[in-house]
Amino acid sequence: MQQIAIVAFSQSDCLARAGAANEVELIMPQLQAVYAQVGIDNAQDVDFVCSGSCDYLQGAAFAFVAGVDALGAVPPIKESHVEMDAAWALYEAVLKIRMGHADSALLYGFAKSSSGELPIVLSQQLDPYYLAPLWVDTVSLAALQARLLLESGLASERDMAEVVARSRRNALDNPHARLSGSVSVDELLAEDLFVSPLRRADCAPVADGAAAMIICTVEKAREWGVPYALLSGIDHRIETHNLGMRDLTDSVSTRLAARAAGVEDGPVEVAELYAPFSHQEIILSRALELGDDTRVNPSGGVFAGNLMMASGLSRVGEVFRRIAAGEIRRGVAHATSGPCLQHNLVAVLESAS
Amino acid sequence: MSTLAAVVGIGQTQYKTRRGDVSIAGLVREAAVNALQDAGLEWDDIEAVILGKAPDMFEGVIMPESYLTDALGCNGKPMLRVHTAGSVGGSTALVAASHVQSGSFKRVLTVTFEKQSESNAMWALSTPQPFSVHLNAGAGGYFAPIIREYMRRSGAPRDVGIKVAVKDRLHGARNPLAHLQLPNITMQEVEESMMLWDPLRFLEACPSSDGACAMVIAAEELVHESPKPPAWIRGVAMRSEPTMYAGRDEVNPQAGRDCAADVYRQAGITDPRRDLDCAEVYVPFSWYEPMWLENLGFAAQGEGWKLTMAGATSLDEGGDIPWNCSGGVLSSNPIGASGMIRFAEAARQVRGDAGAHQVPGAKLALGHAYGGGAQFFAMWVVGADKP
Repeated sequence: MQQIAIVAFSQSDCLARAGAANEVELIMPQLQAVYAQVGIDNAQDVDFVCSGSCDYLQGAAFAFVAGVDALGAVPPIKESHVEMDAAWALYEAVLKIRMGHADSALLYGFAKSSSGELPIVLSQQLDPYYLAPLWVDTVSLAALQARLLLESGLASERDMAEVVARSRRNALDNPHARLSGSVSVDELLAEDLFVSPLRRADCAPVADGAAAMIICTVEKAREWGVPYALLSGIDHRIETHNLGMRDLTDSVSTRLAARAAGVEDGPVEVAELYAPFSHQEIILSRALELGDDTRVNPSGGVFAGNLMMASGLSRVGEVFRRIAAGEIRRGVAHATSGPCLQHNLVAVLESAS
Repeated sequence: MSTLAAVVGIGQTQYKTRRGDVSIAGLVREAAVNALQDAGLEWDDIEAVILGKAPDMFEGVIMPESYLTDALGCNGKPMLRVHTAGSVGGSTALVAASHVQSGSFKRVLTVTFEKQSESNAMWALSTPQPFSVHLNAGAGGYFAPIIREYMRRSGAPRDVGIKVAVKDRLHGARNPLAHLQLPNITMQEVEESMMLWDPLRFLEACPSSDGACAMVIAAEELVHESPKPPAWIRGVAMRSEPTMYAGRDEVNPQAGRDCAADVYRQAGITDPRRDLDCAEVYVPFSWYEPMWLENLGFAAQGEGWKLTMAGATSLDEGGDIPWNCSGGVLSSNPIGASGMIRFAEAARQVRGDAGAHQVPGAKLALGHAYGGGAQFFAMWVVGADKP
């Protein structure tokens, strides 16, 4: 099967509000950045383009159509879109390269979710007959999950605060972070509860922005003459939507995806996990069976800023950056979708040398 | 280089204005179960599910794949959600095929749907947006001026659209699943129906339907496990261009021409009218038949309407290249599924399994979908014979 190389990645600053910038203006700088990294001019120089976005975050049907305006699709291009995080656009593009219909692909994800009230908006992704009419917001659902985790004895509020403290500290080195700094676990635990047992600090700060990536065959990467990381495995799995039928303290779909992607086939130096709530990092780390020798979210993860529809792709990009820079040889990236970690994607990246 | 794949099962629902008897989950499951039965398979035989639909605002459910995984037997498996505007039904079939053609999966289920009675599509398409002109015209209002430009360029007589409206409804009357059942429709009846967007009359526009369509796509090594003849996937292509750019030909979009050229090259087609036995083409408004006849290379520029008027695209008139024998989008339009219905009906033809709307001896067929401002295109060619 065709080996896939990741050759370029860029993400925007995580902005609390992008103001008057529209989606095309969010996307364009990231596209220009990845074009520059491999030395191409525009989307005409890749064989396939795939994006991830969500209509409801923009409040418009066909939100991605405007995105096509950022591509310069004249003459017409081969292009597709997933109504998911762009990590799944990456997945679709991998299939396209494996089947031999493309040697290279551009991926991007974007959202400007500040226009609406995200936790309430996302309540409308629940079962429309039994759950959506209750308008249960995403923070409340995550709080239920955190409560179950605490009561199971698998984690404590201190463990959750440690995730936040470490993430914010790591984010000090992340130039795109919306939130970073040194804060002690005790200081965090002294904060008021927001939606019990979650404090505001346990919820990753949502941000407007975009991320872009270029992948290709190894031959194409050599032709471009740029450092690359091999995408040695990628898999994703979904679980039941019915929260009452899932063990919310575990992530079975992450375990399945990790096995299929080959996480256990080598050391995991770095893991970038898409955990929008602190307790979810604990659940994911256990599901991925990460040891003490794995650095989790050295970028600060989404606690540096949660770019809706792009954070999953950014996790892959963060691992790629470290491999391309020669900093590490092997790492794991994770993306999630749906309430309480319902749907999870796991990618394994390795050094080519 | 890609793995050979084929359609081994097809399932559809009854298309109608309102399927009040089923939930959204019940609707997609009905199509999926029909596809599995057609393929002689069980849920456990499926490795992944690829779901497609048009904007989430059509039902008011964000990313409904999260909720539909239970109904589609997908728990523990990969689920991918495709959304590429009106072409999504076709694009979803292509993404599903790529799961198998890439060698990554042996057998996948793909499902598309729309339950338009749950919401109001006109509203969903017309939410005002900052920084852009607010269009409240709906799809017909958007395409009517483009159709008038086609009429001006080609000098086509004014009743070409009326002829297509009658022809596709007579085809639809042969298809028990079709939403509109108008076996006695006449040119006069269409002409006398209300003018909506000049030159499109009420009966020259597609209906708004509830419905779902599903297919099982299998790798060559598993095709024999399904009892009915396979439809071999002989070519796959998609193209996109921006809604507006200087010099854009909206009547005859380059993305459509390029997409057709790509899929024909893969399938070894040099003269589509001669080489193909039939086609299922996305014609939501009557005049798009002559326009796409030209865009897809079945007729020279300005000549498409002559094929239509001569009956070349009519099953009832014994035409040499029947288009939309199922009744097409003009007879059933659950938007998110409409593209996949074209792809699936093309496959039914080459499987010899199209019932009363079967083109005798069909061996090679085109499935086509378009979306947005006629800017997103998805196509495949399926054949009875293994390539």
